[in-house]
Amino acid sequence: MPALSSLRRGPRRISPFVLAAALLAVPLSACGSDDSGSTGGAAATSSNAPGQSGGTLAIAVGTDVGCVDPQQVRSSDTLYSLRQTVDSLTDQNPTTGQIVPWLARSWEVSADATTFTFHLRNGVTFSDGTPVDARVVKDNFDGITTKLGGLASLGVNYLTGYAGTTVVDNLTAQVKFSRPNAAFLQATSTPSLGLIAEASLAKPPAQRCSGGIVGSGPFTLSSYRPNQSITLAKRQGYDWGSSLWTKRGEAYLDKLLFQIVPENGARTGALQSEQVNLIANVIRSDESGLKAAGKTLRTVTLSGTNALWVNHAAPLLKDVKVRQAIMFGIDRKAVTGLFPSGTTPATSILSPKTPGYADQSSFVAYDPAKAKSLLDADGWRVGGDGIRTKDGVPLEITIGNPGAISSVDTELELIQQQLKDVGIRIKIKEIPVADINNIQQSGSYDILIANAQRPDPDILRTQFSTKLNNTYRLSPSALDTLLEQQAATTDQVKRKELAAEAQRLLLENADVIPIVNYVVEFAFSPKVRGLEFNPSGHPELHGTWISR
Amino acid sequence: MEDDAIGSAMRRYVTRRLAQAVGVLWAAYTVSFFVLYYLPGDPVAAMFGGGLDSTTVSPAQIAELRHRYGFDKPVFVQYIDYLGKAVRGDFGNSVSTGRSVTATLAGALPQTFALAGLALLLSVVIGGALAVSASYTRRRWLRQVLLSLPSLGMSLPTFWVGLMLIELLSFRIGLFPAFGDGGLRGLVLPAVTLAVPPGALVAQVLAKSLLAALDEPYVQTAQSKGASRLRIHLRHTLRNASLPTLTVVGLIGGQLLANAVVVETVFSREGMGRVTANAVTTQDIPLVQGVVVFGALVFVLLNLIIDLTYPLLDPRIIATPGSRGAIAGVGA
Repeated sequence: MPALSSLRRGPRRISPFVLAAALLAVPLSACGSDDSGSTGGAAATSSNAPGQSGGTLAIAVGTDVGCVDPQQVRSSDTLYSLRQTVDSLTDQNPTTGQIVPWLARSWEVSADATTFTFHLRNGVTFSDGTPVDARVVKDNFDGITTKLGGLASLGVNYLTGYAGTTVVDNLTAQVKFSRPNAAFLQATSTPSLGLIAEASLAKPPAQRCSGGIVGSGPFTLSSYRPNQSITLAKRQGYDWGSSLWTKRGEAYLDKLLFQIVPENGARTGALQSEQVNLIANVIRSDESGLKAAGKTLRTVTLSGTNALWVNHAAPLLKDVKVRQAIMFGIDRKAVTGLFPSGTTPATSILSPKTPGYADQSSFVAYDPAKAKSLLDADGWRVGGDGIRTKDGVPLEITIGNPGAISSVDTELELIQQQLKDVGIRIKIKEIPVADINNIQQSGSYDILIANAQRPDPDILRTQFSTKLNNTYRLSPSALDTLLEQQAATTDQVKRKELAAEAQRLLLENADVIPIVNYVVEFAFSPKVRGLEFNPSGHPELHGTWISR
Repeated sequence: MEDDAIGSAMRRYVTRRLAQAVGVLWAAYTVSFFVLYYLPGDPVAAMFGGGLDSTTVSPAQIAELRHRYGFDKPVFVQYIDYLGKAVRGDFGNSVSTGRSVTATLAGALPQTFALAGLALLLSVVIGGALAVSASYTRRRWLRQVLLSLPSLGMSLPTFWVGLMLIELLSFRIGLFPAFGDGGLRGLVLPAVTLAVPPGALVAQVLAKSLLAALDEPYVQTAQSKGASRLRIHLRHTLRNASLPTLTVVGLIGGQLLANAVVVETVFSREGMGRVTANAVTTQDIPLVQGVVVFGALVFVLLNLIIDLTYPLLDPRIIATPGSRGAIAGVGA
């Protein structure tokens, strides 16, 4: 009964936390490590042979957030489609992390990372015929910071310290920040800063959500039926694709149909019975069935990890020895078995694919003996039930599952068993979506488990700087200085060193406990060719075609 | 005899029921508002849930959004605001999607209506046929088998039935689509799935009252007049035994809406169920309020219609308040 796998409550929620940040034009790291999929690297399917035009690609995704404005949406499931409707100033090479031209044919960044000057490509138009010029670039960034605010939670973050845009001439826009924002350049490659037409900017945010926006992308929105489907049609005359794309001009496909299919088993069955050609969020237990049905599986390793985010104000977790014991008590290899094939144990808080990644596997390792000796030395004695106590206090820690995702419970149960072996009792708590924010703001939690993703080391600053929200209640330390410096450094070698040092500090002190490198798995019919993924794991469907 | 007296009793009855209905709607609205309000979290916080999103949005930005939606006003002011607009038919906009609540409901309603309507029809027809066959047959073993089917139907989880039907009839045979609203063909599997529990309920209640009705003296009278077994079933006992079933059908309306959440998710359909489930998880107060008022309205109307139908089935019942309580005494 293949459908039984779908008894899991829902699709694994992709953390819509694609906080991008920048690699100033040059890759920071040796992030050329491959995109270890079950069927080979990302480049393997890119074919120089001309594809066949026409046809419809039917895609099944798990969720619909109820909004079709790429500047307001964070959910990957929805961005898979919306990414196709807008173009960005830049694009990011998924293999090297390098920032390359798209709508901007070139740019300059000031040495202090506060001024970014973009030179736009000529002749680009939105699908309503209006031009993509410096004015509309300014109005987009102004709109995100003033009109959308928190509604554009990603964009507004990328534009932290935004001081305004100057229209130098028709095709030159100069974006200024009041403080260094080295992360901004990479952010311009994301759909969150994708450009939309003046007509859409003039509409209220709610109307943009329900009715969609006018973009300059290779596809346009032709219909949106909430919780059911998003349909896109090819933009006739499109001729300004990213410099990464091998296909010039218009897209191959005439139509993209994104069906919302919440059940994992139903998505898998729909692909097996050829009701759709491509599905996202394949779960481990469905892999064998899909392979047997001759489908192609592709795991895209994202630039982030699945980790335990520790509240440093929680009484037991102030103690570095306890945090380190948890770090060494988790058998990451065993945990990878719960995720799609191709998932690897984490070796830092950034994944090896993230620019700026530095291997910290001496700190992020499975060593139960070490965990036990750390706790012994710290005065935690094993009690009758196998759980350690110190001064009468049991070593009991609660891990919150934000959004109460059922597949995360499975992961937590495994971690619970592993940590019991070193004498730590883990309690699992489901946290309703509407309550997560309060819990983080009030600090009434021990540990939260979540994915964080961002193809840039600046994620370290937004997550761990005590000068920002400081959700994890760290004490101010030398780490803050390192994080500030990397955001203000345009020297790539220097920036990589600063990021590496920050990772060392974080993991040596077990300030955060990474578990596995975060992946998303797609499955598709072998007839689907030329499918590529951007660094955030969104498919690039402009060059995708269906073999007939 | 005294048509006028009955007519005015009827009018008084209907007026009173309508007043009750308004009271029920108000109570449902008020209770759900305060329950939602005092739950931990709020709709704005829910927008940043599901991961570490809120770590990227400053408390000031979140406060600005709360202000934008009016969630920073005192609770009673918010309640009066919402209620005042609701009375005029304006339920505001959904917090999570920005669409107007009325448009969201209007978009979802036709699909749920078609689904629930077909499911109701199927459950009454199939459940009714099952009950009549069970009481009609003289073979004891067959009756036992038929009478045990409803319990089975009620104990099968709806999502399991749905997944099995998809697996067999869509993925394997390709007879019906697994998702979407592809017209009538797309409606069959979800409607069958949704009809199983209420169909079982109809069968159970109807079979019980049919079997009881067969012991009534009028059946002997009919038999002695030479009426056939089938005629006795269809003309006499079915009519008398259908009153409790009709009451049950009123309850089924609510059950269908509740199960629609599961069925619409399994079959990837848009409808009231999905809208409700999403609204509740995201604590989308305006949308939940709209759903609650709509649900209460359906319930009130359905029960009103059913109460007004009793006299048509059994003229001895005059539609007066408390008439349902009198049903038991009617047979005496």
